[in-house]
Amino acid sequence: MTRLTRFTRTTAFKLSLLYIAVFTVMSGVLLFYIADNTDNLMSEQVVQTVDSELKTLADVYVRGGVRDLVETIDTRSRHPDASLYLLVDFAGNALVGNIARLPTTVLEEADGGLRRVRYTRLGQDSEDVERQAMVRTFELRGGFRLLVGRDLGEQLRFANLLANAFRLWLVVVVVMAAITWLFVSRRVMKRIDEISATSRTIMQGELSGRLPVAGNDDEFDRLAVNLNTMLDRIEVLMQSMKDVTDNIAHDLKTPLTRLQTRTENALREAKGEEGYRGALEATLQESDQLLRIFNALLGIARVESMAPASVMEQADVNKLVEQVAELYEPLVEDEGGKLETDLPEDLMAECNRDLISQVLVNLIENALKYGRPETGDLRIRLGAREENGRVVLSVTDNGPGIPEKDQDRVKERFVRLEESRSEPGTGLGLSLVKAVARLHGGDLRFMNEDPGLSARIDLKPVKPDSSRSGHEQGGTAGQSGEGD
Amino acid sequence: MLRILVIEDDPEAASYLVKGLSELGHTADQAADGPAGLDMAHDRDYDILIVDRMLPKMDGLSVIQELRKQGNHTPVLILSALGQVDDRVKGLKAGGDDYLPKPYAFTELLARIEALARRPKSASQIETTYSVGDLTLDRMAHSCRRGETEIPLQPREFRLLEYLMQNAGQVVTRTMLLENVWEYHFDPQTNVIDVHISRLRGKIDKGFDTPLLHTIRGAGYTIRDAAH
Repeated sequence: MTRLTRFTRTTAFKLSLLYIAVFTVMSGVLLFYIADNTDNLMSEQVVQTVDSELKTLADVYVRGGVRDLVETIDTRSRHPDASLYLLVDFAGNALVGNIARLPTTVLEEADGGLRRVRYTRLGQDSEDVERQAMVRTFELRGGFRLLVGRDLGEQLRFANLLANAFRLWLVVVVVMAAITWLFVSRRVMKRIDEISATSRTIMQGELSGRLPVAGNDDEFDRLAVNLNTMLDRIEVLMQSMKDVTDNIAHDLKTPLTRLQTRTENALREAKGEEGYRGALEATLQESDQLLRIFNALLGIARVESMAPASVMEQADVNKLVEQVAELYEPLVEDEGGKLETDLPEDLMAECNRDLISQVLVNLIENALKYGRPETGDLRIRLGAREENGRVVLSVTDNGPGIPEKDQDRVKERFVRLEESRSEPGTGLGLSLVKAVARLHGGDLRFMNEDPGLSARIDLKPVKPDSSRSGHEQGGTAGQSGEGD
Repeated sequence: MLRILVIEDDPEAASYLVKGLSELGHTADQAADGPAGLDMAHDRDYDILIVDRMLPKMDGLSVIQELRKQGNHTPVLILSALGQVDDRVKGLKAGGDDYLPKPYAFTELLARIEALARRPKSASQIETTYSVGDLTLDRMAHSCRRGETEIPLQPREFRLLEYLMQNAGQVVTRTMLLENVWEYHFDPQTNVIDVHISRLRGKIDKGFDTPLLHTIRGAGYTIRDAAH
């Protein structure tokens, strides 16, 4: 691409062209309007003057006849103004006046009509200067013809003036456009070029790069700030992807190696059908566990990359919590514990029913596994309440709790505390809870209740008056439509 | 015996499916891409379509939408490597009847297609009373009795029994119960469903001579009359 075509493709250049076109058309329309109106006004004045002259001459003629008329015209013709007179006899010979030459048809058709003619003035000009005039011609008794008119020089000079003004105006417009273009391309294009240059380095893999923000809060700054926020998000996603990859490498390797060793052993030390069957069953179990880990990882990744708006609905929090409680109550009872709910009346929140239910399930299962008190029975409490403008859901047990120093660590993928390694699990349950909480614009928080642990997530409440239709949506998330 | 069309591009997965279904006495055909599947579904009369979401030439959801547009209402089970909530919703919106994320257990797939095939095709076919042996469930009166004994059920127990009886004689998996009775689309790690089943069993089987509610190891549950 040549330098010139690069210039002509810039927005600044196109804007300048548009600017020129728009202003030219606008000025043209304005000037035409002025010119047209002025011309009409001046023509009217010419006609009025001609008519009043005619009236005076008519009076003279009526009172004093041709002789007086000739005298008056003669006197008036000597004034060097714009008035024109000509009196001819029946043969067309000029008797008196200040017109040297004009088309003869004007005199022949002496019907009193207004005509625009070209003529040559007597005396003042050399022979070949033609001027324009507005004239009326009348026939008098005895074959005389009287012509009275007004020179249009003034009017033409004014039109000329306007034309010159328009030309000058055009030059100014073009110069202004050039200045604008210069300004835009210098200042604005420089900013855009900066942004392009930075984004190019970012594209080349320098993910920590950020666009420059000038600090004057113009549209470029706002654009840069938005793009930077987007880059932050991308960087976080990239980092979490890298973490997942590292974790997968680490935590899937162990069961995969076990799987391989077991299969190899079975092949080497084959002990009949019984032995093979045993090995196959163990392999199946191991691969089931691997699949579970894999699905859990994918699930977390999906939740982390979801667009919140696409999965949210208005849900009745009480109903949601009660349904989960109802699902788990028998199990907790069988395990010798108690599951209680602590719910206020009528609480609505914006959430995804399936994901929030899964979060509650994960937290209840954690409480079942790790929340048992050393003495006495397990008690799990599911609570919901409005707090600081958020709907807070909590799952509280009466077990040993989590030491404060570990409370952040347990939310990470695959992290399992030493004391819990003996229980079956993937170490991914809380990671999912955290991801879902983040998706809902909140976070997962732990509080030691002494005794016990309270795990909390917060949701955006739905104001009771904003929509009542939310009630129906409590149970519609991904219904298969069966069993109705 | 069911006539089943498997629209799946992975030849190994497809032949595994076709083989497994044929061994159970079903007739299974295979189509390797979207347009071929659409033609076959159009030309022949199938009881069930199993459609993979990602297919060459035309994706699974478009195939289903096209079928539905043509007025074909054969039940469709969607198979997909994408198992998340929003994908499921998209699949069902496109006209699918059930959604099974990959990888899946063959028993799960079998249980689901059998449930789909038995699903009433119109409102007039929906029965108001289910019975298995001497156990009857009246869906209108919301009542349940075994022989002469009235059995009181909690609403959720009623839904559970209703779903089991709707699929009487068929295996119903834990996931199917969780999806259809509780409307949850995730797998809890614990045996939470088993506890509900054992409570239900305590109500409908305890104290009677023949048990009706059976556990199928490695698959799920079934309700059936031992006499058959």
